[in-house]
Amino acid sequence: MSSKHRLQLKVNGVAHDLEVEPRLLLSDFLRDELDLTGTHVGCEHGVCGACTVLLNGDSVRSCLCLAVQAEGGEVTTVEGLGTVDQLNVLQEMFREHHALQCGFCTSGMLMTATDLLSKNGQMSDEELREGLSGNLCRCTGYEHIVNAVRAAFAERGGDSA
Amino acid sequence: MSKADAGPIDLTRPKIIGTSVKRVEDPRLLTGHGKFTDDLKLHGTLHVALVRSDHAHARIDAIDTGAAREMPGVVGVYSAAELDQMARPAFATSKMKGYQATPVRALASGKVRFAGEPVVAVVAQSRYLAEDALAAIDIDYTPLDPLVDPEQASDEHAVKLYDDLPGNVLVARSFGMGEAEAVLADASQTVSGRFRFHRKSPTALEPRSYLADYEQGSRSLTLYASTQVPGIIRDCLVDILEMPGSKLRVVAGDVGGGFGGKASLNPEEILVCALARHLNRPVKWTADRMEDLLSTSQSFDEIVDAELAVAGDGTFLALKADILGDVGAFSIYPWTAALEPMQVAGFLPGPYKIENFQANVRAVATNKAPMGPYRGVGRPISAFVLERLIDMAAKKIGMDPAEIRRRNFVREDEFPHKIGSGIVWDRSGFLDCLEEVVERADYEALRRHQAAARAEGRWFGIGLASYAELTGIGSRLSAAPGMPINTGTESATIQVDSSGAVTAHFGIASHGQGLETTLAQIVAEEMGVRLEDVEIVQGDTAAVAHSTGTYASRSAVIAGGAGTLTAHTLRSKVIEAASHLLEADIKDIDFAESLISVRGTNKTLSLRELARAVYSQMGSLPSDVRAKVDLQASEFYDPHFGTTTCATHLAAVEVDPETFQVTIHTFVVSEDCGRVINPLIVDGQVHGGVAQGIGAALFEEVVYDETGQNISASLVDYVVPSAAEIPPMTVHHLDALAPSTLGGYRGMGEGGTIGAPAAIANALSDALGHLDVEVSELPMTPERLFRAVEAARAEKEDDA
Repeated sequence: MSSKHRLQLKVNGVAHDLEVEPRLLLSDFLRDELDLTGTHVGCEHGVCGACTVLLNGDSVRSCLCLAVQAEGGEVTTVEGLGTVDQLNVLQEMFREHHALQCGFCTSGMLMTATDLLSKNGQMSDEELREGLSGNLCRCTGYEHIVNAVRAAFAERGGDSA
Repeated sequence: MSKADAGPIDLTRPKIIGTSVKRVEDPRLLTGHGKFTDDLKLHGTLHVALVRSDHAHARIDAIDTGAAREMPGVVGVYSAAELDQMARPAFATSKMKGYQATPVRALASGKVRFAGEPVVAVVAQSRYLAEDALAAIDIDYTPLDPLVDPEQASDEHAVKLYDDLPGNVLVARSFGMGEAEAVLADASQTVSGRFRFHRKSPTALEPRSYLADYEQGSRSLTLYASTQVPGIIRDCLVDILEMPGSKLRVVAGDVGGGFGGKASLNPEEILVCALARHLNRPVKWTADRMEDLLSTSQSFDEIVDAELAVAGDGTFLALKADILGDVGAFSIYPWTAALEPMQVAGFLPGPYKIENFQANVRAVATNKAPMGPYRGVGRPISAFVLERLIDMAAKKIGMDPAEIRRRNFVREDEFPHKIGSGIVWDRSGFLDCLEEVVERADYEALRRHQAAARAEGRWFGIGLASYAELTGIGSRLSAAPGMPINTGTESATIQVDSSGAVTAHFGIASHGQGLETTLAQIVAEEMGVRLEDVEIVQGDTAAVAHSTGTYASRSAVIAGGAGTLTAHTLRSKVIEAASHLLEADIKDIDFAESLISVRGTNKTLSLRELARAVYSQMGSLPSDVRAKVDLQASEFYDPHFGTTTCATHLAAVEVDPETFQVTIHTFVVSEDCGRVINPLIVDGQVHGGVAQGIGAALFEEVVYDETGQNISASLVDYVVPSAAEIPPMTVHHLDALAPSTLGGYRGMGEGGTIGAPAAIANALSDALGHLDVEVSELPMTPERLFRAVEAARAEKEDDA
């Protein structure tokens, strides 16, 4: 077993300072060390996108990232969006447009869509589909997800977040 | 049934059933607070990693686990030598004559029969440490000939997977009606083909996960499982672990999709239970994606040789099919190896009148992962084969594909109609669905668009596919052909507790369908309470005395029926109690939106006040009344035979003549699913089903090489379509001919996957019609399209 490394980072605005094994994946760190089980692991090889989180504002696959790579960084997970009592606009649009069924891919979809919303003005449906194409959903057939994200763009208005 | 009439509902009130209420599941799932099995944390949990066979077929000579046992954090290393002492094997039994059952074990015993079969389990303090130890395990194998080709495996001289069985054919059946062979021999017009539907993986996004918790003090075991069928698993574990059901509970919390892949007993479920009991510790195993693609049951693997005879006016005269199902390494529990290939045969005649029908079915074991249910079970292949034959026949006699279907559908005045396989269609809008699609898609305009595209040299095609399926299957039929387990009933228990809260318990197990919402809609409306006041408990064997789960498009029909009956019974009790408490006649009591009142007065009672009076207040009710109005009810629903759901799908596609890439231009679905409980959810089910059908038609294939290695065990190689590949679609829901099910519901969760592959295969054949390419294999990847076009061109050159 390898020696542990000190890891300092912020997750959903909360500062953490702890020791982790260098081989620990960011996804496992979030789920097992911080109990943030909203980040789901669907493939562990970077294809399905279920484990997507934001690292310093960019969407990353936490299954392809070591926890120590987040040193000094700021991570946002699905738990950092709205709450059960107060969904954020994107989450509310997902609910309104039935953009989720089993909910397993949903966390990653929301984080990818959050990234798209933060970096783009308006997006055409084709651009949205391309932007979401790194996140697999097996339940919805995607159209309702596209509808939800399009609606979130419309709610936000303006050119960029 | 008289209870169904109790408690009339005021028709002027806003309806809950039939409206797109927002799902109650969503807030937790949208905020990361769902509880999937792998999210559960139990103190002291140990983690399992598995050594899986890297041979498709081999004898296990020796297993050396000594070094692994010394690795850091390792608690134990187990093979069949230990596991066979802890749990008996499970056998899927069948009433079918000549059927050969095979064992389902936690770990391979003596032999391995597919690459990916679990052989050794390492239990350690963490998954990382368990995986570290895998490399230290040494297994000596003697390789045996791998059986990869089902036709070779069915040969009587082939190597046998099971030494104690007569051969590899686990089921062989022939059945039919009329004189198909003779009619085909005499017919002037016949079309035929060899159709190949390649193996698929259901690929739920949540990999399978199991956590077993053994409590020594009470000698009780709880299995938390990503399963669609907690009841079936519990009842099986009771037998093979030899524990009473009162000590064995299976809980399916949030489950990340199933599609059939989580509808059978899996070796790892047995494993974690046996080990948790053995070690007195919680034991967890979660598949990684490779394990899931290697070992979760696969499906839709059939070769079908079929022939259809038609009259000059398009009337279908006879249909014959030989079906060979490649069922993999064992007969899956509880559905058996007969499930998939028998359903292909059973549903082959579709929604049409075909007087002469003959089917010969074989299910043959091979060295591949076991074949199990996948959304649509068999019927995607039935529809693919028949709908292709129909388009081939239409082309041959020069008739439009829509017209030839119109001429052969079972009509409204012909229901109930028994098809050649013995299945009975109760009543359903076969023709209505076709006409709706033709109108909504503007079929004539599409044909004009096609003519214009063809004039420009573009490869544009239109495909129709109609199908019918049995849903909500009751106790008079087996959900899987020959399976002796009754799955045709559901019970519901609803109670108003002492705080006035309403909780409804069901035996089904939602895994994305939103059943917590739809069942709450039914209970709320049928009982007279607000939606937000109903709590649904499901996916837990402790909730009801008997349950099976959610599969075969049954839950809305059967659990919905049970919920309806129970809500009516409880409503009557509430009203009777209220009439005493409010001193009014029963017929003057109104109960709606959770409020009880006396019509024409301002006297009201909340459920909370009523519950307190019934349960807690001395002297509030005479004792004989109190005994009658205990605020709980249980009722049972059995639709006996089930009901017929049908649809027509239309696909318009364009094939790029350079790259052979397929673009779906239009996709329209019209389906008769009876009374819609929640339009948004029904729409979502169709969209998702169609997306899987598109995947099956164009992208997805589990590939085994000639040595039996699964070379598609990653999501790079097993291509699940993304948002860029799935087109927008138009979906219309008809309630054409009301079924006899309670509430008028039909099951509809699987249908999208049944129609889409056939519609796309027909559209591709139409697009390549000028080359006389007939699509007979799915998925039709660009490479297969290229080869088919090259072969057709070569043939045309030879002819010239």
